[in-house]
Amino acid sequence: MKNAPALSLHIPEPSRRPGEAPDFSRLKLGEAGGAPRPPVHAPAETMRDLAYDLIRVLDDAGRALGPWDPGLDEETLVRGLKAMILTRVFDERMYRAQRQGKTSFYMKCTGEEAVACAQALVLRREDMGFPTYRQQGLLIARGYPLVDMMNQIYSNAADPIKGRQLPIMYSSRDYGFFSISGNLGTQLPQAVGWAMASAYSGDDRIASAWTGDGATAEGDFHHALTFASIYRAPVILNVVNNQWAISSFSGFAGTQGSTFAAKGLGYGLPSLRVDGNDFLAVYAATRWAEARARSNQGATLIEFFTYRAAQHSTSDDPARYRPADEAALWPLGDPIQRLKAHMILLGLWSDAQHLAAEEEAQDMVRAAAREAEAIGTLGQSRVSSRTLFEDVFKEPDGRLRRQRQQLGV
Amino acid sequence: MPAMNMIQALNSALDCMLDADPTVLIFGQDVGYFGGVFRVTDGLQKKYGLTRCFDAPIAESGIVGAAVGMGAYGLRPVVEIQFADYIYPAYDQIVSEAAKLRYRSAGQFTAPLTVRTPYGGGIFGGQTHSQSPESLFTHIAGVKTVIPSNPYDAKGLLISAIEDDDPVIFFEPKRIYNGPFDGWRDRPVSGWAGHPQAEVPREHYRVPLGKAVIARPGDAATVLAYGTMVHVALAAVAHSGVDAEVIDLRTLVPLDIETIEASVKKTGRCIVVHEAPLTSGYGAELVALVQERCFYHLEAPIVRVTGWDTPYPHALEWDYFPGPERIGEALKSIMSGEAL
Repeated sequence: MKNAPALSLHIPEPSRRPGEAPDFSRLKLGEAGGAPRPPVHAPAETMRDLAYDLIRVLDDAGRALGPWDPGLDEETLVRGLKAMILTRVFDERMYRAQRQGKTSFYMKCTGEEAVACAQALVLRREDMGFPTYRQQGLLIARGYPLVDMMNQIYSNAADPIKGRQLPIMYSSRDYGFFSISGNLGTQLPQAVGWAMASAYSGDDRIASAWTGDGATAEGDFHHALTFASIYRAPVILNVVNNQWAISSFSGFAGTQGSTFAAKGLGYGLPSLRVDGNDFLAVYAATRWAEARARSNQGATLIEFFTYRAAQHSTSDDPARYRPADEAALWPLGDPIQRLKAHMILLGLWSDAQHLAAEEEAQDMVRAAAREAEAIGTLGQSRVSSRTLFEDVFKEPDGRLRRQRQQLGV
Repeated sequence: MPAMNMIQALNSALDCMLDADPTVLIFGQDVGYFGGVFRVTDGLQKKYGLTRCFDAPIAESGIVGAAVGMGAYGLRPVVEIQFADYIYPAYDQIVSEAAKLRYRSAGQFTAPLTVRTPYGGGIFGGQTHSQSPESLFTHIAGVKTVIPSNPYDAKGLLISAIEDDDPVIFFEPKRIYNGPFDGWRDRPVSGWAGHPQAEVPREHYRVPLGKAVIARPGDAATVLAYGTMVHVALAAVAHSGVDAEVIDLRTLVPLDIETIEASVKKTGRCIVVHEAPLTSGYGAELVALVQERCFYHLEAPIVRVTGWDTPYPHALEWDYFPGPERIGEALKSIMSGEAL
């Protein structure tokens, strides 16, 4: 006879579902300014606690505290705030455009703007970013033409990638923005390979890659960490932990009782857990990792702890699987409001200036939309059918030439 | 000109490219200090240094994924997947990434990488060291597939593959690395020495992708083959007494359909041979193309001689392997008009 209970299978469940009050009691958030900042040249094994801590700079009152305060000047702060505002306005406009039938699909990054916008200001345009689908802030913060983003979203005749990809799967070599893949995680070992190539070539450029929390379960995430660790690749590997992978909470990526940053510890990588809604913390952590990468000290894994305030995509309805007010009550707040409060506290910003910045963003987006829609929205305008057969290879082979003739183009 | 086996010829191709182009680098499992389990990279790390030819972890998706990133940067990585049977973990990186990058970015990013991988059976390797997965790649838009059958072609084709601006899967028929095995498994095996195509120049030269070669001219029938099966087909033809033309495809994508078409229109009969299983194998594509282009010249149904639709066996390897007896029976059938 057995003297132990029978085995039982564990299926993770989030603590709250629709109709219930959000529960944040399990979040370990720490205090702003509380996490230590190791010297850039410190060995990885001296900072393992940072994978479980939370690097925060801004407190609830908008004060910048502690050793991670990057001490940004007014110009950088204004640029960062305006980039986040523009990203949010752009998202809202394109979300409406999808609802109006102007395109098939859209994905907002609401609540996560600080991650891409702050990192875009740290990294150089000559560096290469390997984004996933919620880093539109990289392009916007770098001043990529909004009209070109919209042309891609509308898949029209002026789409820089010739209507080849689903809306929002941008690509821009000139802006350090690698072609987005819909297959999750694949960009991570590619970023490491790009970084290895830069080191191999004696270059000074680095790579940076992003993944959501869910896709850290993909093998390619682990391959990237393995390769980054072995070859000390000059790369920053960012996990944007927005708590939700479509309807699956982050427990389905294997972090119950642990953190995403901690996944880097087994590979011997410096691993930071950072408040992703804190522009200053994102900026400071990225600059620290950048300095390590550029000085031949290899890769850093950074978990940005944030919240996906919007739905996964225009095809998703989060009210079906999570409490409706979880985003509004998120204890780490909203990245735009937090940076705004900080700048007002410093006397660098005002409500009036904020309103003016929002209006300026609206005008920019409106003007770009007018221009893109004059070319055409989805289905109204598209590239020549002849381009279907271009870029499969550098030169089309015999069968592609014949197939083009069969299509009559 | 020195006589080389296929391993030495492939090594010579890599040597030439490392010497000629600083953007060429090699990595893969055991390819560095040790020189590869089949010795194809022997001596290259010592000659060119650690960063030009180095070991990789046992993570095929990581190997190809890193190579895609290196290609996007501007390098020409050459990676080794130790056995083609181990390429499946890298399939997503090849199919969704390397093959599609040029297209999906409208030419902003490309992946000019070469994936070398030993394939095929006849070595008592069982199912995990014997497979021929070429049709999993010929089906994919954006990737080229190359399979040499002798040392001279192996070197020239590998140089062309590395210099090509698109991703190439380069299958190396490991059964003929050391000699032109012809499928008569009970007869003594000869090495490459003395074979005309084992005369390999030391210097750089190319064999172009997309060009087949007539391995044996003939008028009575056409046999289409690649890799090891070229030699098996030649042996079968010699044994049968049928004056068949044997075409060595050399590259499956892009395919030299013109050479095939001209031959079948001349002979009116066609056999397709490969080691991979029958169903949805590359032979199915060849048969379709030949009947589309040569239907009114055909005197007999086109016949496929292939591996069976089973996993690659160990003890029963020679029951699986499409040897010269089976090819001979197929030749007899298409000449006599009697069904197999």
